[in-house]
Amino acid sequence: MTRRAVITGMGVIAPGGTGTKPFWEMLTAGRTATRRITFFDPEPYRCKVAAECDFDPAAEGLSPRDIRRMDRVSQFAVVCAQEALADSGLVAGGDGAAGAAALDGEAAERTGVAVGNAVGATMSLESEYVTVSDGGRDWLVDHSYAAPHLYEYFLPSSIAAEVATAAGAGGPASVVSTGCTSGIDAVAYACDLIREGSADIMITGGSDAPVSPITLACFDVIKATTPQADDPARACRPFDATRSGLVLGEGAAILVLEEYEHARRRGAHIYAEIPGFASRCNAFHMTGLKPDGREMAEAIGVALDEARLAPEQIGYVNAHGSGTKQNDRHETAAFKTALGSHAYQIPVSGIKSMVGHSLGAIGSIEIAACALALEHQVVPPTANLSEPDPECDLDYVPREAREARLDAVLTVGSGFGGFQSALVLADPELADQERSTA
Amino acid sequence: MSTVITGLGVMAPNGLSSEDYWSATLNGDSGIAPIDRFDTSGYPVSLAGQVTGFEPEELVPDRLMPQTDRMTRMALAAADAALADAGAGPGTLPEYDMGVATASTSGGLEFGQRELQKLWGKGWQHVSAYMSFAWYYAVNTGQISIKHGMRGPGGVVISEQAGGLDALAFARRQIRKGTPLMVTGGVDGSLCPYGLAIQIASGRLSTQDHPDLAYLPFDHRANGYLPGEGGAILVAEERESAQRRGAPAAGELAGYGAAFDPSPGSRGALVRAARAALADAGLAADGIDAVVADAAGQQDDDQAEADALSELFGPAGVPVCVPKTMTGRLLSGGAALDTATALLALRDQVLPPAINIHAELTDPRLDLVIGEPRETPVRAVLVLARGHGGFASAAVLTRP
Repeated sequence: MTRRAVITGMGVIAPGGTGTKPFWEMLTAGRTATRRITFFDPEPYRCKVAAECDFDPAAEGLSPRDIRRMDRVSQFAVVCAQEALADSGLVAGGDGAAGAAALDGEAAERTGVAVGNAVGATMSLESEYVTVSDGGRDWLVDHSYAAPHLYEYFLPSSIAAEVATAAGAGGPASVVSTGCTSGIDAVAYACDLIREGSADIMITGGSDAPVSPITLACFDVIKATTPQADDPARACRPFDATRSGLVLGEGAAILVLEEYEHARRRGAHIYAEIPGFASRCNAFHMTGLKPDGREMAEAIGVALDEARLAPEQIGYVNAHGSGTKQNDRHETAAFKTALGSHAYQIPVSGIKSMVGHSLGAIGSIEIAACALALEHQVVPPTANLSEPDPECDLDYVPREAREARLDAVLTVGSGFGGFQSALVLADPELADQERSTA
Repeated sequence: MSTVITGLGVMAPNGLSSEDYWSATLNGDSGIAPIDRFDTSGYPVSLAGQVTGFEPEELVPDRLMPQTDRMTRMALAAADAALADAGAGPGTLPEYDMGVATASTSGGLEFGQRELQKLWGKGWQHVSAYMSFAWYYAVNTGQISIKHGMRGPGGVVISEQAGGLDALAFARRQIRKGTPLMVTGGVDGSLCPYGLAIQIASGRLSTQDHPDLAYLPFDHRANGYLPGEGGAILVAEERESAQRRGAPAAGELAGYGAAFDPSPGSRGALVRAARAALADAGLAADGIDAVVADAAGQQDDDQAEADALSELFGPAGVPVCVPKTMTGRLLSGGAALDTATALLALRDQVLPPAINIHAELTDPRLDLVIGEPRETPVRAVLVLARGHGGFASAAVLTRP
């Protein structure tokens, strides 16, 4: 029997709110969380805005040692994983609350972890660098000033190790790091492990905490981020003629992904099935995109075929919508190529307008948004879209959320390195019907 | 449907090609030497497995030189060699039928250290326009896909030393789903001052300054490991597709398994990963002719691996190879290089020796291949790898 992967739990930390509920309220209100950077003085930089999380690790239950050992990126992932497990009715270890299924023994060995992340513990790696190099003075850095957990910060895999350890998961664990498509590709990786039978449950998603001087500098020098600082709440304007670049974000979304029959047997709530996904390389340029969107269109086509869905069955597209002209034209072309005339009928929106671009996390945050869209039958809007770019002529759901009949939705991502990814979420019962009549 | 390896590209401290690496390894020629790239007098660690004699100007296009870290240049050269070995390149198959999946850990950290120094010393305007991707963990997959026009699936996996095997498994999954050719493996390393300081912070490096005494896995004198750089890039293909284009196979990736256990000194995850890989390959333990060990070089971790091997194979039940004694531990490149070693052993029916460790000082439960290569029938090899924090992966390679 074909094994299928479904989402049974979610945890989100996004700019504007910790937890899935505040995240969804914010998206449907069309509220933005972009602001002038507070983590350090952004005055010397070209870009001065970001979407920061007001995250207090102690208030989220992490101990002082947890906080010292883990970079912010791991803290996000662990806190989100706890929310996702609780939401799914799973408890690490044997002493679960009434009604919760215990992740212990063989169940724990059948539970894996796959976390998407683009830039690792970049905040700690930079701050440790500043210390050991004495503010950039010394090439021969002084190791004796390093923090005891510097090696853990160095390894992006520490994020997956922390999540697996906190959850007591003993199955396959990994970090997937394909830049800005990591959040989609990690969930796809997790789906593959469930389908092939390597795990029954995967704790998956993405986390990134890149709001640091070096990340800002990287995007400043290639002029990818917005230089406009006068109205931070309206800084990210995908598909708008006045857009001026992306806005860096941070956060995480962790999902409990589960084999369909396994979830049904224990009576878990099912948000959505993930019936199809694909990634393709553009083999063109590490940061540039061709305007034809050809490889993203290919990824969408393969994902729809795998899901056995026609373009007409897709009720919503969550766009990459990073807020750059290059991206908006690239993906608009990709949607037209892959979805044909139906591209003009589907609402397409970009939530980075509200929560910024959290690199390896955002793909999973957007998958969570898609699952919530299916759950509530509501499409989140593209905030800040007031002056449509005439070259982007699809329905981008400007500023206000919209009720819609949704059985299946599509999300896409595009990343440095040339990565183009697409993933479909659907009501599993729809897929049952379609498959029985196919 | 089975996955075979049709091309090998090696970049190792003791050899800049698969043949040079293999003859050095059989000969017991070590690549461990004092670090000569910067002054190590202020550090407690002075030895490493450096790739020497690598001339990127001859092997990497001029255009890519300013935008790549040393480890990406080595990965590009290894990918070129692997594809040449496989007789594959742009146009061999349709563009979407060839993908790339590599393991990563360091990213381009030396490049990163230079740019961090510019940022903190001079300001953001002085940071390289290539910094956004040169330090980045996905850089090797992106650059290899671009250089060879491969538009199929792209993947990057990270689990420290275990990643080299996880990348192979990722590639096999894509092949099973319909992409006939995947470039995979890992090349890694960060032998720059910040990279060394970071690895020193792990508390797991050997501080011995004599190359013969520093990295002694499974030996009672084990006192830590040495860092190294390099790895291997492999071309993995669907068997029938490779046959159709007349590409000979070096071996089959017949089994894979992975598990996680964060308890220090635990053998559990290694045993579970190995059992899963054996089951996947359809082999019992007695079907394995040799093991390439993870070889942490720490007393507790070596003990755990010896416990695992003993549980799986019985006392001295299988020859155990530790070619890492000649290269150090290469982060995500290590298990990829061990996979290349396994394929070469399958080809030549000979097992490479470990150096520097003394049989009488090792765990009697292990049949370590020490000092001299061992000629023996080699039909299936188990490669083991552990990643810091609790990751364990295992792969079974068999004759094609």
